[in-house]
Amino acid sequence: MSEQKIADYDFKPGFKGMAHDTGSDQTMFKGVHWGKAMMWIFLLSDTFVFSCFLISYMKGRASTPVEWPNPSEVFALDAFGVPVPLLLIAIMTFVLITSSGTMALAVKYGYEKNRKMCGWLVLATALGGLTFVGMQAFEWSKLIHEGVRPWENPFGAAQFGSFFFMITGFHGTHVSIGVIFLFIYAYKVFAGHYENGKRGWFTSMKGDYVEIEILGLYWHFVDLVWVFIFAFFYLW
Amino acid sequence: MSDELNNKSGYQTQSSETMNEYSGTAVGDMDYVRPAEVAEQDLYHGHTFLTKWVFCQDAKVIGVQYFLTAVFTGIVGLILSWLMRLQLGFPGLAGFMTAEHYYQFVTMHGMIMVVYFLTALFLGGFGNYLIPLMVGARDMVFPYVNMLSFWMFFVAVAVLMASFFVPGGPTGSGWTLYPPQAILEGTPGSGAGILLMLISLSLFVIGFTMGGLNYLITVLQARTRGMTLMRMPLTVWGIFTATVLAMLAFPALLVSSIMMTLDKVLGTSFFMPTILKAGEVLEYGGGSPILFQHLFWFFGHPEVYIVALPAFGIVSDLISVHSRKNIFGYRMMVWAIVGIGALSFFVWAHHMYVSGMNPWFGFFFATTTLIIAVPTAMKVYNWILTLWRGNIRINTVMLWCLGFIVTFVNGGITGIFLGNVSVDVPLSDTYFVIAHFHMVMGIAPLMVIMGAVYHWFPLVAGRMLDEGLGKLHFWITFLGAYSIYFPMHYLGFIGVPRRYFEMYDSPYMTSAVGMNEFISIAAFIVGAAQFILIYNIIKTLKTGKPAGKNPWKANSLEWHTSTVPPEHGNFGERLPVVHRWPYDYSVPGAKDDFIAQTTPPSEVVNTEVEKT
Repeated sequence: MSEQKIADYDFKPGFKGMAHDTGSDQTMFKGVHWGKAMMWIFLLSDTFVFSCFLISYMKGRASTPVEWPNPSEVFALDAFGVPVPLLLIAIMTFVLITSSGTMALAVKYGYEKNRKMCGWLVLATALGGLTFVGMQAFEWSKLIHEGVRPWENPFGAAQFGSFFFMITGFHGTHVSIGVIFLFIYAYKVFAGHYENGKRGWFTSMKGDYVEIEILGLYWHFVDLVWVFIFAFFYLW
Repeated sequence: MSDELNNKSGYQTQSSETMNEYSGTAVGDMDYVRPAEVAEQDLYHGHTFLTKWVFCQDAKVIGVQYFLTAVFTGIVGLILSWLMRLQLGFPGLAGFMTAEHYYQFVTMHGMIMVVYFLTALFLGGFGNYLIPLMVGARDMVFPYVNMLSFWMFFVAVAVLMASFFVPGGPTGSGWTLYPPQAILEGTPGSGAGILLMLISLSLFVIGFTMGGLNYLITVLQARTRGMTLMRMPLTVWGIFTATVLAMLAFPALLVSSIMMTLDKVLGTSFFMPTILKAGEVLEYGGGSPILFQHLFWFFGHPEVYIVALPAFGIVSDLISVHSRKNIFGYRMMVWAIVGIGALSFFVWAHHMYVSGMNPWFGFFFATTTLIIAVPTAMKVYNWILTLWRGNIRINTVMLWCLGFIVTFVNGGITGIFLGNVSVDVPLSDTYFVIAHFHMVMGIAPLMVIMGAVYHWFPLVAGRMLDEGLGKLHFWITFLGAYSIYFPMHYLGFIGVPRRYFEMYDSPYMTSAVGMNEFISIAAFIVGAAQFILIYNIIKTLKTGKPAGKNPWKANSLEWHTSTVPPEHGNFGERLPVVHRWPYDYSVPGAKDDFIAQTTPPSEVVNTEVEKT
């Protein structure tokens, strides 16, 4: 923080300094864009949503009287006739994490006002997200084909399907919303809305490259949540 | 603007330029406040009727929209309570009243009053109107999202009201909506009713999240120059902390609503154990009903403080203004609000002592519950010490505040009874519980709402509400509310269970029957008395005395706007600059008995004001 220039404000070191800066006038987080602060707090709230889902899942899995299906068998994929556990999930995770990388680069090029690079990278992120959602749809249809339903499945406890479809579905919805916004933002970058400050169609607020970073925060969050879902569903 | 305002408050202004421009230097100039960090907010001004009054982005209009919608649902909740009391006091008098209807009315009354009335009124109504004005912002930071927030709430209310008209009627599972019974056949409204309730709650959470982000970022990042955290009015602290709680507690409600919707629609068994119905095994199995209770109360208990904390904050300001004294222990009050908010996340299972969870849990949650009494009691002492030797104006606003303290202490003390496991077990699900929570989170916050309405109506409408009608309204409500809820404690002790449609020939009936009749009559009167306020508002809007600027001689920024009522943008050409906290009342030696937050130190002469 200390390298930031806030007019006539001395940042003070240590814990006392932190308390001083926190309680100072005008802003608590000096130099932080309103939208960025908003996204962080929204993500904190969303963390509670996913935590509630995952804790419910743990509770449901722990208390069901029927045995839980074995994930390495249920999620295995035949590659050249050999069942490989977690093959599809590994690819999905790889794609999603890679898209986080392209997003981070897009933010960098955005702040450098490199319109072309920023736009292509946002588009690449959108395509990565779209690939992820596509593979998830494939996984869902495979499981449905094998008889897994939200209310029952041939492998064990009925709650397996319930939690799986609900939580991956909720996460997939997050990814899909992100993809829609990524496409819109890619268009806005290419059209130069963040450079000429064109006003948004809905909000009538001026565009700025900070919006790319705000969307980036959301995108990284969605990827991070996936890591937890991955660990709890596929590795446990 | 500042000239006018300072002349009004009796201080000579120096040139307003030195006050507002960034010309001062850090050394030497005692009025210096460092320049603005953030550029002026880009506001969208509506031009048509639609963008000015319907899909309006002005937080003040949104606040009034929230207020009116919440009051509408509140009146529905009030009518439902009348119908319930009609049945309890005079069983069989209303011919249409069946047990199913009774349960539906209980459920809808509870959910409406807690979520759609109190929460929406405090955070959506007062929050939207007061936060930008009190922290010196032009508007909420995301006006467009704020507008969406209201309309999402409006849709949530519409969906909730629609459940009265679907086949089977609204859900009758109690406001806690406990599964498995909430979604099983035999419970009233277990078809479309419960589904609409869950959808409405989900919409409410989404809408609230959009508003809540606005309240939080406005307080954190959009305060005016000089407005430090410890110079904010306690109203803002209360609403802010309540919003933090809401942002962290509503997720649990959203998740439990989604899961129960899936149980209902798709036949999953998140909350549904194996169930035998008339000798036949249902298709459900393997779920955990207690999980729902944990999720629900992880939301439900912070919800109590989401309602209580704004009330604490508002009442602190009202007491300070109307007893012309600084609030006693401001910092203690702030930390008490924050501390209560934090603790409220560790007490939820005190609602579940009889649910069959592990007894050690009860021990833990009883301890945390009783710890909350400490900061709460500190606040009560501070209110009383603020009043002590103050220059108290016994006007309508002050009466409501005093009513709040009395009812809140009363409800708080019964809360200590119920927080102990061994006392709670025999009292749970009796009228003692009803008396407790209506006293502490029904009547007490309502007293604050009424006080706040009488206090801020002159700002919103520019006219003073009628004092005579206000006092009549207060006394009927205050005495009536005691007549309703005091006897209920006794009913609870003799073991009258709550949520019973009628007592049939049980031995309770003989001793409780007269009391129930008395309570019902009091409830009819108190309910009817609320229409005095509506009459008062309509009358005042037409013929009320113009309020002028700052009729209460208050310090906080909302009273020092360029126009009354404030227009879009709140503060005219220049944002106010804050030099002090909002509680400099009756400073010895000062010219007036109040020093506005915008008064620079150089204008406060012949007196020593503590630097805040």
